[in-house]
Amino acid sequence: MKERLIGFLLFMSALVSIASLAVITFFIFEAGLPLIFRVGIGNFLQNSIWQPSGKTPQFGIAAMILGSVWVTLGAIMIGVPLGLAVAIFSAELAPPWLAAVIRPVLQLLAGIPSVIYGFIGLTILAPVVRAAFGGPGLSVVTAALILGIMILPSIVSISEDALRAVPRAYRDGALAVGATQWQTIWRVLVPAARSGIVASIILGMGRALGETMAVIMMLGNALQVPRSPLDSATTLTSNIGLELAYASGQHREALFATGVVLFVLIMILNLLANVFTGRLVLWRSRAPSLSTMRTLWRNRVPASDRRSS
Amino acid sequence: MSDFKIQIERFGYAYGNETALRNITLNVRRNSILAIFGPARGGKTTLLRSINRLTDIGEPGTHSGRILLDGQDIYAPGLDVASLRRRVGMVFALPVALPMSILDNVAYGQRLRGVRSPSRIQDLVQQSLEAAALWDEVRDRLDAPATSLSGGQQQRLSIARVLALEPEVILLDEPTAALDPISTAKIEEALVTLKRQYTIIIAPHNVQQAGRVADDTAFFLMGECIEAGPASQLFTVPRDQRTEDYITGRFG
Amino acid sequence: MNRQLSQRFAFGLLWSAASATIIILAIIVMFIMVQGLPYVNLAFLTGGPIAQGREGGILPAILGTFALGALSLIIAVPLGVGAAVFLTEYTRPSPLTTIMRFGTDSLAGVPSIIFGLFGFIFFVTRLNLGWSLLAGGLTIALMVLPTLIRTAEEAIRAVPVAYREVSYGLGASRWQMVRTVVLPNALPGIVTGIILSFGRAVGETAAVIFTAGTALNIPTSVLSPTRTMAVHFYILAVEGISLPKAYATGAVLIATILVINVVANLLITRGVARAVRR
Ligand SMILES: Nc1ncnc2c1ncn2[C@@H]1O[C@H](COP(=O)(O)OP(=O)(O)OP(=O)(O)O)[C@@H](O)[C@H]1O
Ligand SMILES: [Mg+2]
Repeated sequence: MKERLIGFLLFMSALVSIASLAVITFFIFEAGLPLIFRVGIGNFLQNSIWQPSGKTPQFGIAAMILGSVWVTLGAIMIGVPLGLAVAIFSAELAPPWLAAVIRPVLQLLAGIPSVIYGFIGLTILAPVVRAAFGGPGLSVVTAALILGIMILPSIVSISEDALRAVPRAYRDGALAVGATQWQTIWRVLVPAARSGIVASIILGMGRALGETMAVIMMLGNALQVPRSPLDSATTLTSNIGLELAYASGQHREALFATGVVLFVLIMILNLLANVFTGRLVLWRSRAPSLSTMRTLWRNRVPASDRRSS
Repeated sequence: MSDFKIQIERFGYAYGNETALRNITLNVRRNSILAIFGPARGGKTTLLRSINRLTDIGEPGTHSGRILLDGQDIYAPGLDVASLRRRVGMVFALPVALPMSILDNVAYGQRLRGVRSPSRIQDLVQQSLEAAALWDEVRDRLDAPATSLSGGQQQRLSIARVLALEPEVILLDEPTAALDPISTAKIEEALVTLKRQYTIIIAPHNVQQAGRVADDTAFFLMGECIEAGPASQLFTVPRDQRTEDYITGRFG
Repeated sequence: MNRQLSQRFAFGLLWSAASATIIILAIIVMFIMVQGLPYVNLAFLTGGPIAQGREGGILPAILGTFALGALSLIIAVPLGVGAAVFLTEYTRPSPLTTIMRFGTDSLAGVPSIIFGLFGFIFFVTRLNLGWSLLAGGLTIALMVLPTLIRTAEEAIRAVPVAYREVSYGLGASRWQMVRTVVLPNALPGIVTGIILSFGRAVGETAAVIFTAGTALNIPTSVLSPTRTMAVHFYILAVEGISLPKAYATGAVLIATILVINVVANLLITRGVARAVRR
C-alpha cells in the first residue's frame, strides 16, 4: 500500500517536467495567440513597426526578429570556433593539470549571471567598440561578442562529450596509417563527432536567442532594423524584458505573442538538437558507424603522403 | 510434509530470445547441500536467481514450469516476493559490503522487516557472524565500515548478512570465486556446519569444491540438467558420458 | 613538412583559444572584484538600502536571494530527485520515459524570459500570488528542475548494481532499496546538483524580476515581493542609480557564485557525478 503510494508519487514527479512544459506552452499561447490572429501572422512577423500604444497601434516584430537573428548569428560566429577549439583542446591536447583548470573555468563561465556579462559588455566592451569602429558602441557586435562567450560552456561541454565518445580505435587507426595528430583530429575525430558538435551549435543558438538581460544591457535597444553590425538593435527577448513590466491590454498581449514566436523558434532548435544527439530517436538507423567509416575512408591519408612523414 | 524443501518441475527460463534454462526437474532435500556444477553459461546462476526471483530485477525474462518451496509455487500470482527472498537468501560471487558499518550490514535485512530492538539485533548479529566464522575477527570493530574488511571477510559478512535473516534456504553462487584458499576453506567449513539448520544450494567454484561440500549434485550443461544424484554416486559412477567427460577434465 | 607545419599552427590556435577562455574569466571576475570589493564592508552587507540603493547596504537583497533560492529548492528537490528515482529505478525505457525525458530536455532549453512570461501570467496573475517569493520560487523551481533531474540521475546510475541486488536479495521492497542503498550512495551527486541549482537561482534575473518583483524590503512571508542581488545589480546599473553600489553588489554576487562553484567542485572531485555544465 505504502509502496504503491510512493511509486505513484515518484511517477507524478517524473511527469512534472513534461506537464510544466505543456502548461507553459498553453499559457503563453493562450495569452499571445489571439493578438497574432487579430493582426495576422504575416503582418505580425513582417511589419517592422512596433507602436503598441499609439492611436492606431502597430504590432510588427520584424525588426526584433532581425535583431535576434543578427545577434544570434554573431554569437555563433564567435562562440562556435572558440568553443570547438576549447573542446578539441580539452579532449585531445590538454595536459591533465590544464584540463583540470579548464573544467571549473567553463563551469564558472556558465555560472556567472547574465547581468554581469551584460554589465561587462556595457562598461568595458561598448566603449572599446565605439572608439575603434565608431557608432553607438551598444551594438550588435558588442552583444554578439559577449553572447559568444556566454554560450561557450554549452558548446564546449556537448562537443567535448561527443569528441570523447569517439572510439579509441578510430584514433589509433588513423595514427597507424601515418596521419599526424592534427590530421587525426580534423579529419577523423571531428567528422566522427559531428552530430554532437552540430547539436552543441544548435543549443548554443538557442541560448543566444533566448538571452535577455545581457542583451538589454548591451544592444542599445533601438527599435530599428539594424543595417550594420555597429548599429543598435532590439531583439525578441529584450523587447519583452523591457516592456513587460508596464505593458497592459493589447500591448501585453503583443509581448506574449512575441513570446510565442520565441518559444516556437526555441522548441524547433531543441528538437533539432535532440535529434542530432540521438536523445530523441525519430527514426531508427544503424547508420552512424557505416557513415563514419565512409568518412574515414574518404579522408584517408594517401599512401604517397604517408611516406613523407 | 515432503522430504523435499524445494521441487523444481520442468522449469525453463529465457532472457528475451536467449534460452538459459530448459526443462529442469530437480529436487532439493531438506538440510542438505546441493551443488549445481558444470561449464560456464550452463545456467547455474540463472537457476539460483530464479529460486528467489532475483531474475525479476534486471532484464525482463520469461519462465515456464514451476518451482515449489515447501510445496508452494513461488511464481504463484500474489505471492509476496520480499518474504520469499527472506526465506531464500542469496550470496553472490563477488563479495559486496554495503557502504555502512559491519553491524549495519548484518542487521540490514532484519531492520528492513522493522525489527528495531537493539538487544535482539545485537544477538542476531553475533549469532550470524559466529555461524559465518567471522565473529572473532570483527567483534571489536562492529562499527567500522564494512568496506574496510578483506575480500574473504566481506564474503563471510555476506553470508552472515543472509543468516541474520533466519532464512530456510541459502543460495550461494560461486561464493569463493574471488577468494584465496584459506578464506575458501573457512567458508566451506562454515557451510558444512550450516546445513544442520538450512537447506543449501551452491554453484561451486569448481568440481573439487562440489566434491568437498555437496551431499547431492546436479550437472548442468547448456541450460539443461544432464544428470542429478547423490555426490558419491555422480562422482564415482556417472551415468552420462558428458558428466564423466566434465568431471575427468576432458572439457570445460 | 607541410603537415607538421599546419599541425604546429593548428595547435597554436587551440592553445590560444584555451588560454583566452581562462583569461576572459579572469578579466570578468577581477574587473568586478577590483572595482567592487573596496565598497564592500560589514555595513554594506548588513544594512538596508537608502534612497533606492544610492546609499546604504543590500541586506534585503541578500536575504531575498537566499530565501528565493531556498524556496525554489524546497519545491524542486523532491520533484527532481523523485523523477530521477522513477526514471532509474521504477521503470524501463519506454515511449513514456522518452516523453518524460523529452519534457526535461526541452524544459532545460526554455529561455528564462519565457519562464518569466509564464510565471507572470500564471503564478502572479492567474493564481493571484502577486509579485512574491512564492511566485518566484515556483518559477525558478521549474527552471532548475532539469538540472536536478540530470545530476540526480547520473548520481543514481553510478551506484553499483551489486548493492541493489544485495538489498533486493535480502527482501527489500523497491522503496526500501531506494531509501537505504540508492539515495545514501547517490547523495553527494544529488547535493552537487542542488548546489548548482542554487547557483542558477542566485544568478537569474529575467525570470525573477517578473515573478518575485523588485521590492526592496526584507521578505516577511512567502507572499512578500522581494528583490534578489542580481535584480538589484541590474537596476542599479541600468537605471544609473549608483555605480559604486552596483560594483559592490556585483562583487558580492560573484563571490557567492564562486563559493557555490567551489563547494560543488569539491563534492564532484570527491568522486561523484560529473556536473551538468550546460
Ligand atoms: N542478464 C542476462 N541477459 C541475457 N542473457 C543472459 C543473462 N544472464 C545470463 N544469460 C545467458 O543465459 C545463459 C546461462 O547463463 P548463466 O549465467 O545462468 O550461466 P552459469 O552457469 O551461471 O555460467 P557461469 O559459470 O559463467 O557463471 C548464458 O547463455 C548467458 O549468456
Ligand atoms: Mg554464474
